[in-house]
Amino acid sequence: MPEPVEVSIEGVSRVFPGAGGRAPVQALSPTDLTVAKNDFITVLGPSGCGKSTLLRIVAGLDRPSAGRVRVGGREVRGPGPDRGMVFQSYTLFPWLTVAENVAFGLRERGVPAAERREIVAAYLDKVGLRGFAEHYPKQLSGGMQQRTAIARALANDPEILLLDEPFGALDNQTRGLMQELLLGIWERERKTVIFVTHDIEEAIFMASRVIVMSARPGRIKSDVAVDLDHPRHYTVKTSPEFSRLKARLTEEIRAEAVLAAEAH
Amino acid sequence: MPLLLRPLQPVGRSARLVLGLSFFVLFVLAWAVATLGGFVPRTFLADPVTMVQDGWLLLTRFGFLSDIGVTVWRVVGGFVLAALVAVPLGVLMGAYKPVEAFFEPFVSFARYLPASAFVPLLILWAGIGETQKLLVIFIGSVFQIILMVAVTVGNTRRDLVEAAYTLGARDSGIIRRVLIPATAPDIAEILRLVLGWAWTYVIVAELIGSSSGIGHMIIESQALLATGQIIFGIIVIGLIGLVSDFLFKAANRLLFPWKLA
Repeated sequence: MPEPVEVSIEGVSRVFPGAGGRAPVQALSPTDLTVAKNDFITVLGPSGCGKSTLLRIVAGLDRPSAGRVRVGGREVRGPGPDRGMVFQSYTLFPWLTVAENVAFGLRERGVPAAERREIVAAYLDKVGLRGFAEHYPKQLSGGMQQRTAIARALANDPEILLLDEPFGALDNQTRGLMQELLLGIWERERKTVIFVTHDIEEAIFMASRVIVMSARPGRIKSDVAVDLDHPRHYTVKTSPEFSRLKARLTEEIRAEAVLAAEAH
Repeated sequence: MPLLLRPLQPVGRSARLVLGLSFFVLFVLAWAVATLGGFVPRTFLADPVTMVQDGWLLLTRFGFLSDIGVTVWRVVGGFVLAALVAVPLGVLMGAYKPVEAFFEPFVSFARYLPASAFVPLLILWAGIGETQKLLVIFIGSVFQIILMVAVTVGNTRRDLVEAAYTLGARDSGIIRRVLIPATAPDIAEILRLVLGWAWTYVIVAELIGSSSGIGHMIIESQALLATGQIIFGIIVIGLIGLVSDFLFKAANRLLFPWKLA
């Protein structure tokens, strides 16, 4: 049965004013997109295609020049705890321990300390960082920091999880493990997820829908359903179906990457 | 040895200690040769031995310890007052751009007003008591701290602030739980730096219209041509600076373990 619409992006565009007398830059053409509740979609595109801008607008960290975003029926007017976000850069608070980082949103909402401890412990377990609760972010590897960031976003129990190339700075092996970890959590808990990436394999493996975006000004070029069974095992990446999807998306992305490279 | 002198090559712990101390030794040696060897008239520059004797006399016979105490209290008093005003204002300016727009031009202007030039005016206003000494240090420190704190807070990593927003933080939470803890070590470093400058202001304040303090001793010694005492006073200031610097650094290590972790 089809799930109700959770996120609806309606005619959203973004123009950045030109700095120093230069012409304004259209980062995002008017874009429409709906995401069903508990769906996992990836937004795939070359760098500079406005995919991060779109995500930031959904998060409320950036404002659309036109159009609007509705989440759960309400219009987005600013950032809020209903839309958790994981950034590409390491954004753990360096002065807080891993446990305190995960508890940040809970504390901000006034959740009592005992309950906070329980939730934090549960999410540290889920991302496999039980033994690192008292470590500072500086003492962790990049992959561990991003796992903490995922736990921090999930512990807040958001309606939607937004991820902006969260594994972009990790090496290939770690990246593969992180994909499995996140997908495993999603398969068990189901949440609405919008995951931005420029990695084709990652886009297919994680999602039930891949949104391909074109080079600047960004717009949605195609919307590709991924009908691979859940739970997905990493071996699915070598299946014929996966390869077929990969070949198709590679073609689409390549054309855009060429355009983007010419534009720069 | 070319291997010891490569750009950016680190130096070992003990080698660092030996090198650091050896300059002090060389310095005193050069001083001793110049004075004890008779190259410089004694009237203008006392030799190290006289300096130590004068210092001993100052400490044991002339109550110089209480002068040191008075000066330290003035520096700390004026500096703490300045910090109490400047740090909150700097944080507000860094966080809220309209507040910054309101204060920043004036503070930037006031920062260049030399604190020492205010001494005559402050004597007129506040007399030659402790208030005047504290005010000199206050004026010398407050604007510097405000501006530096405002810049530091304003440069807080944007992505940390954004992450806090997506976790449900409100404006007051952003200030209390992101901007302040993120910049606290840098603010401590700013205070350490400005405390060093406060020491130069206190001596200036004590050179004029004062009846106690290290600066007062120095100006009295000038009338007596007691260069040994003057040098001893200057060295004492340097030593106190060294100690306060060390204490500040130790406190920072204790307060901000995450910086070193």
